[in-house]
Order: sequence, then C-alpha cells, then structure tokens
Amino acid sequence: MDIGHWTLDMSTTVNIPPQFEIVDRPLDTQMTISMGPQHPSTHGVLRLELVLDGEMVVKATPDIGYLHTGMEKLFEYKKYQQGIVITDRMDYLNPLGNNLAYVMAVEKLLDLEIPERAQTIRVLMCELQRIASHLVWLGTHALDIGAMTVFFYCFREREKILNLIEAASGGRLTPSYFRIGGLMMDLPAGFERRVQQFQDGFLKSVDEFHTLLTGNRIFQKRTQGVGVITAEDAVDWGLSGPCLRGSGVDLDIRRANPYTGYEKYDFEVPTEQDCDVWARYLVRMREMKESHKIVAQGLARLKPGPVKADAPKVVLPDREAMKTHMDALIHHFLIVAEGFDVPAGEVYHPIEASKGELGVYVKSNGGPKPARVHFRGPSFVNLSALPHMSEGAMVADIVAIIGSLDIVLGEIDR
Amino acid sequence: MTTGANNESILPEPAANPDQKPTPSQLVTALQREQGHWVTDLVEAHGEVTAIVPRLHIVDVCTALKSGPDAKFDFLADLCGADRGVEEEPRFEVNYHLFSTTKHHRLRLKVLLSEADAHVPTVTGVWRTANWHERETFDLFGIVFDGHPDLRRILLPDDWQGHALRKDFPLRGYEPYSLK
Repeated sequence: MDIGHWTLDMSTTVNIPPQFEIVDRPLDTQMTISMGPQHPSTHGVLRLELVLDGEMVVKATPDIGYLHTGMEKLFEYKKYQQGIVITDRMDYLNPLGNNLAYVMAVEKLLDLEIPERAQTIRVLMCELQRIASHLVWLGTHALDIGAMTVFFYCFREREKILNLIEAASGGRLTPSYFRIGGLMMDLPAGFERRVQQFQDGFLKSVDEFHTLLTGNRIFQKRTQGVGVITAEDAVDWGLSGPCLRGSGVDLDIRRANPYTGYEKYDFEVPTEQDCDVWARYLVRMREMKESHKIVAQGLARLKPGPVKADAPKVVLPDREAMKTHMDALIHHFLIVAEGFDVPAGEVYHPIEASKGELGVYVKSNGGPKPARVHFRGPSFVNLSALPHMSEGAMVADIVAIIGSLDIVLGEIDR
Repeated sequence: MTTGANNESILPEPAANPDQKPTPSQLVTALQREQGHWVTDLVEAHGEVTAIVPRLHIVDVCTALKSGPDAKFDFLADLCGADRGVEEEPRFEVNYHLFSTTKHHRLRLKVLLSEADAHVPTVTGVWRTANWHERETFDLFGIVFDGHPDLRRILLPDDWQGHALRKDFPLRGYEPYSLK
C-alpha cells in the first residue's frame, strides 16, 4: 500500500491488543453535543441538541425561545394600529409580508374595502420583499455550505430592493408601510422608474447565481438526497411554502386562497419532486423569477387613484385635509389618542409569506385593543420538522438542512 | 376588488356544484347529523366557519374531518389558545385551524375549557405538526394536552413561573424575577 512517500507493509503480523482492534460497527456510546445558540449556521439563536453516533445524527432536538420577547402579549396592550410596528420585528427578512397579514386580518374584522391602487402596490412591494428574503436565504445558505462568493452577489441585489423599500416607506428593515385601510402614503415620484431599473438587471443576476451554484459539483453533493421529507410527511408536519413545494405538493396560498388581488396575476407555482435540500433550492430559485414576473405585472397595473380606504374613523386623514377640515382634525386626534373600535369577532388570515403560510389569528372583544393576536409563523412550523428530516444525517448535513428550511428566529420565538 | 370578496374566496364557491364540493359548514352539518353530540355549535362570520366541539370528541372530529372524502382536512394550519378573561367561564379556548391541501378550504374548530380543568386530548396522533403548537399553548396558557408525547415548555425557560399569555399574568412579568 503506497500512500505518498510512506509505504506500509500490511503483511507484517503485529499483535494488536483487542481493545485497539478496528471494528466496523456503531459506537457503543452516543455523544450528545450542543450546536448553537451561537453557531453561525443556526441563523440566529437556535440551539440544537444533537445525539451523535460518531458523525451520524441519531436525534436532533431543537431548543428555541432565546429570542422570545412576548410579542403576542404585547399586542394585547397596544392599539390595533400600533401592532403593525411589532409585526415588522417578527420575520425581519419579510416585514412587508407580516404587515400585510396583520392589516388584512384587522381589515377583515372591520370589513374594509381597500382601493385598487393600494392593493396593487401591496402586491408589488410584497413580491419585491419576497425576492429580498430569498436573496438573504440564498446568500447565507450558500455561505453555510462553503460557497462564499454568492453571498456578496445576493446582498448587492438585496441592497437595491432595500433602497426601493426605503424610498417608499422610510425604513429599510422595519418599513411598517401597510396600514389598516391602505398604505402609509403613496409611492414617491419616480418610483416606477427605479423599480424598472431593478427589474431590468435582476434576471441576469439570477443567471449569475445559477452559474455560481447550480452546476457546482460540491454544492450538488452537499444538497442532493439530504434532508429528505416525502410529500405525505411534509403535509403531516405542516410544512408550507418552498419547503412543501420542494416535496412536490403544488400548494401556494396565493393560488389556493387568493388575497389582495393575486388571482389577477399570471404566475407559476414551481414545484420539485426530489423532496431534498436541492429541490428546495431549485424551488426558491424559480420563485424569484416568478416574483420578478409579478412585479412586472404590478408595474403595468399601477393606475392613479387613492391609496387609503374611505373610512375616516379608521384611516388617518391627509395632512392637507387636517389643516382645512375640522372633522378631519377630530378624527386624527381620536384615532391617535383613543384608537378605533373593532367589532367583536375572530378571524384567521393566511398569506403566502416568503417562507410559507403566515397566518394571523386576531380575536376582538370590541374596543381599540385586540383580545388576542396569534401568529402562525411558517419558520416555527417548518423547524418543528427538523428532527424528522435530520435522522441519520451527518453533522454537516444539519447545516445544509437548516439552511434549506430558511428559518428566521425572530418569527419562531416571537 | 373588496376585502369582503377576499373573505368569500377563502371558502369554496358555494351552491354552484354542491355535490362535488361541499362548503365547510355543510361538512360540519353532515358530521352533526351523523354524530349529534360531536359538534355543539356552528358559527359563520367574516367568511369563516367555526365549529364548537366538546373536548371529549375533538380527536374523533379531527380524525373524521381529516379522512372524510369531501373534507380532506389533511393540514393543521394552526393551533392556538386564547384566554377569554379571568372572570369568564369557560375561561380558555383552543382553536384548531384546519386546511385542506387538495380542496383548499378552511375550518376552525374551537374547544372551550374551564380553568379548573384545563385539559384537552392531544391531536398529535392526527397531525404530527400539532406537537409544537400544543407545546406552545401549554407553555403560554397552561392548557394541558393529555397524551402529548413531549409536553414541555418551548418558548420560555423550564423554571418560568406562571403562564405568560394568561390575562392575569402581568405584562412585565413578576418582580424581581419571573424565574423560580
């Protein structure tokens, strides 16, 4: 046997004591190690308790709650409109999606009619946000696996979207752009042109990502056949979004239960049959192109018009109206000082956020504050399937699986 | 396009083809006809259907709705608790939000629980995704899910005192420490 300049003569008989004999069987002792909460691949403060047999994972138990801030409790002490800023901080990569789910749930309780332009802008902004969220996923997922370059390309594109969101709302990470009854304000002048500039270059960027990763043999080996979950199990575990579609289930809330006018847009719902990390990667890559398509359609649909519902007791009046109309001033004062009454009732409003089904349960007993607000975070549910996916995987695979779930701990812990 | 129309789209198209695609309320009514004591009340509001189920039958109802050929509620979208108020009786409720990945309709089941006996059978046997939802509800409301395989706190530390989302739990916790 020749290994480099070393030559081993295997024929020599050496008396090996029995305890040092090389045997091919599982270790008698299993090792329990703690991965995280500061491990970089856990995307925040997730801790995994891994029971290992050698390098093979026997059992993975997620331990969450390190970022728990009691947001659902806080909602009960805030007026309805004050709750919007809390939603920004849940899934901080998809704040506009959280805004949308929350305001639509409250609008459902109030039975508000949202103007056409506001709905179109909501779709437009949400799809831009979805692309931004997927870009962070792609960059960090590739970084976890060892492909560092992609990260910079992704963040270059994401920066353009954050600039757009900042132009519209004033905030980059916490926009709070959607308000109960419409939008905070109309889009700034020249916004369409800036979106178009982003649109023109984005498809080329997606091709760049493909060049960097899709044909990369290391990336393929690290992702194909890893973290497999069958369609049946995926539904049973409540997976949603790209994770579910990566298992071949054709389900998208934008199609199944359309909201804010998604039924008028033409887009495909990408699915992949491989059920592994690779399939989830392909689904998200294709979804970015679909979102790009929806943004283009949204731009074409933008027609001048009001962006706030005609509900003076709920929607803050325009600044100009406040200076000239007494009743507008009174309404403004009442909404800010006392809030508005929401009739008693309960609703559950699901939307397709970038990570899956984001459902908001709002229960009202009347009055300006909700009795209960609950967020069904897609990351929370997707993560609960991690022990199932990671049985028998290698430790390094766990990193790939967590990346493919695209979790955000802000939403899991709330 | 109004929000009202959005609400309706949550439900399947009514009346057009009732034999082929019954609405969730029709499904629950059919269930009620078969097993009268399984569903005590049926509420429709904001385009959503809520069925009040006695806790004794929650697993039966869930199993029937999951396997029924018209219902096919194979996806538990959400499970959450709520505190109706310290003075209310029954004080707690558990909401099950069901969804069908093939029929795309939704239904809410509601179980009402009194504070003295806040126990409800687990539905982890029906949908495995209920596991973490039930742990969260146990953690934050103190509702015990009988038969749950791993009923531990999930968001708060193990030695936390009380249940944070109950209405009588102070917003800022107990002073000086909420930990035991």
